[in-house]
Amino acid sequence: MFVLIVGAGRVGSSVAKTALTAGHEVSVLDEDPLSHERLDVGADGTWEDRGGRFTVGTALEIDALLEAGIEQADAFIAATDGDNTNLVVAQLADKRFGVERVIVRVMDPYRAAWYAEQGLETISPTAHAISMFNKALDL
Amino acid sequence: MYVIVVGGGKVGWNLARELMDKGEEVTLIESDRRRYLVIEQELEHAVQYGDATELWVLERAGIQRADLVIAVTGDDEDNMLVCQVAKEKYLVDRIIARVNNPRNLQHFKMLGIQPAVSATDLILRLIEHEVPRYGLVHLLALEEEKLEIIELEVSHDSPAAGKRVVDIDLPEGCLIISVLRGGDGFVPKAETIVQGGDEVLLVLDPGLEEQITPQFTSPGDN
Repeated sequence: MFVLIVGAGRVGSSVAKTALTAGHEVSVLDEDPLSHERLDVGADGTWEDRGGRFTVGTALEIDALLEAGIEQADAFIAATDGDNTNLVVAQLADKRFGVERVIVRVMDPYRAAWYAEQGLETISPTAHAISMFNKALDL
Repeated sequence: MYVIVVGGGKVGWNLARELMDKGEEVTLIESDRRRYLVIEQELEHAVQYGDATELWVLERAGIQRADLVIAVTGDDEDNMLVCQVAKEKYLVDRIIARVNNPRNLQHFKMLGIQPAVSATDLILRLIEHEVPRYGLVHLLALEEEKLEIIELEVSHDSPAAGKRVVDIDLPEGCLIISVLRGGDGFVPKAETIVQGGDEVLLVLDPGLEEQITPQFTSPGDN
């Protein structure tokens, strides 16, 4: 499977590394060149040596998405630190490029729920945190 | 009419003020606390503090009964998503979005957000109109119908000057619909001779301008 991950923060880079280790083709897009370091931490050899791809660019720029290989992607993960960016690029991947599996991180649980109703596969860390706190307190 | 304006920058604040002067009911939403406090001194209860990409902020502003939502923040993603939820979740009749970066216009269209207004684009069109490079003016673009109408000034030493309409080397998908000469306009026939100094109106499929203009400009300009 070819996985394109937008946003190489803690979440994005970690999922990228796991996917690469599991034998998938992985391409990462981030506007900050320094975010590349997260892909190298704790691994032998650079991200590229291990077979990963990394593109510097903004996900709203079609050229950057194309360079990162969106046309070949089987799965698309939107994991930047901005809900709004994630929601827009996820819809781009879904509607414009027809990527089969689009998963988007949305901090705001209410919007995560609404966009899920519209057919996007959303993950809301905030919603998870709330339910785990509630569970921890037996609420 | 109840209007929600999102973004209290120069555009949003003035827009809110104008609409209120016209007697409309307006709520302006601003996400920057300091900016909000400044605006509040003038607009009082008509401005609310909050991030309008959060649904509860829109609901607090009464989006369920809004007739028009205008998103004019400096952030294109915000404008897109505010309009998307306004239209699709809250079924607001009319939306207007501001496009900050014209390259994002395609994304607004993809999400079905229309009209999307880009100041850069408007100014570019004005420049085209006021300072017609190669004498070409875009009069009208019918985007849905995929047609454009342009106006061109015919240079005296252009290939078209002195030729019959039928003999001018034009690509498929375009037609000279009118000739303006000496203050009068008329619809040309195939044998009408186009003269230098004429202005011609053409209807065309978008994207043909570059093949068309060399016929009407002097060879040195190209």
